[in-house]
Amino acid sequence: MESSTAVRYSSIPQDSALMEALQTRSNVLQLTQHAEDAVLKPEDCGGWSHSLRAALAVRIAVNNGLPELADHYASMISDDACKPVADTDNDGSAQNLTHVVAYMDSVAVSPRDVVDTDISELQQQGVSDADIVRLTELNAFMAYQVRLIAGLRILSEVPA
Amino acid sequence: MSQVIHKFTKRVPEWRPRVKPVVLEEATAEQLDALQVTPSNTKVSDYVLVLAHDVETLKVRSPLFNAIMYDKGGLSRAEREIGALGASVINRCIYCAAVHASRHAQLTKDESVTDLLFSEGESAKLEPRDQAIFDFAKALAKTPSEANASHVKALREAGLSELEILDLVLSSSLFGWANRLMHVLGDPVRRGDKS
Repeated sequence: MESSTAVRYSSIPQDSALMEALQTRSNVLQLTQHAEDAVLKPEDCGGWSHSLRAALAVRIAVNNGLPELADHYASMISDDACKPVADTDNDGSAQNLTHVVAYMDSVAVSPRDVVDTDISELQQQGVSDADIVRLTELNAFMAYQVRLIAGLRILSEVPA
Repeated sequence: MSQVIHKFTKRVPEWRPRVKPVVLEEATAEQLDALQVTPSNTKVSDYVLVLAHDVETLKVRSPLFNAIMYDKGGLSRAEREIGALGASVINRCIYCAAVHASRHAQLTKDESVTDLLFSEGESAKLEPRDQAIFDFAKALAKTPSEANASHVKALREAGLSELEILDLVLSSSLFGWANRLMHVLGDPVRRGDKS
């Protein structure tokens, strides 16, 4: 339970009904943590280093109003060259990542508006299909984790 | 070129990928393991073959998905499907909405709830317990989440236990994930109209 990022950033009171419910679903929390490792620190990174993945995760946490979770991912950025990508005011142009940053922001914030040309533009920029899937899985996992934390927080604020 | 479906439908469409799926004959041992391909089971959907490009994530995602949607106790399976539908409506994932409406209808042996969801969309009026579940799932699916204390109170007033509400948080959040794969990496097209 202590090793769960979602629990750590949700301020859940000990001995609460919510903590008891989370114990019942401890397998889900454990699998969630394995998924975090798979998208943030995979053995096969493809085109996206661990530091770049962490920087992109920071943007998503910030866009979802979770600064503490953003700090969690910022602490994983070991390559200084990736740090500017974590800044949501940076469009990634100085890092030659404009297309990647635009795609990630769009999928994170308004997935309903993503269309086929968003994918074909990445392909035209030379991003491989495997790397498109890797980016999208990172984004999609983060969408899950930020909502899990938002849900646990609001449940903690309104005790049973 | 086949027609992409842009409106919610209860007829489950086909899914046409926007990226090339992994070719089964060229898959690595790790991909075959994650795809659970055996000599007697060689049928794998294009969707899973697309996800096999990121095999480390696919391997952990499948057991997590199954645990959230099917583990015993807590929220009923049909009500977890409403959590999935709330997110899919907000994210306009036509394919996910069709599949999970169909599961809800099978589980409850009743199409009236999902018919209402398709005819009325986000503003559908359901019976109080389903409504509280649907409203919370929709609010949590927004970016950032708009789930608030009044949503939680409505769930408690509708009789949901803490474990049931946790299961709802999980199912709606999980479809924040699933919708971003299905809706972003492919298009829903009419069955038999894929190429």
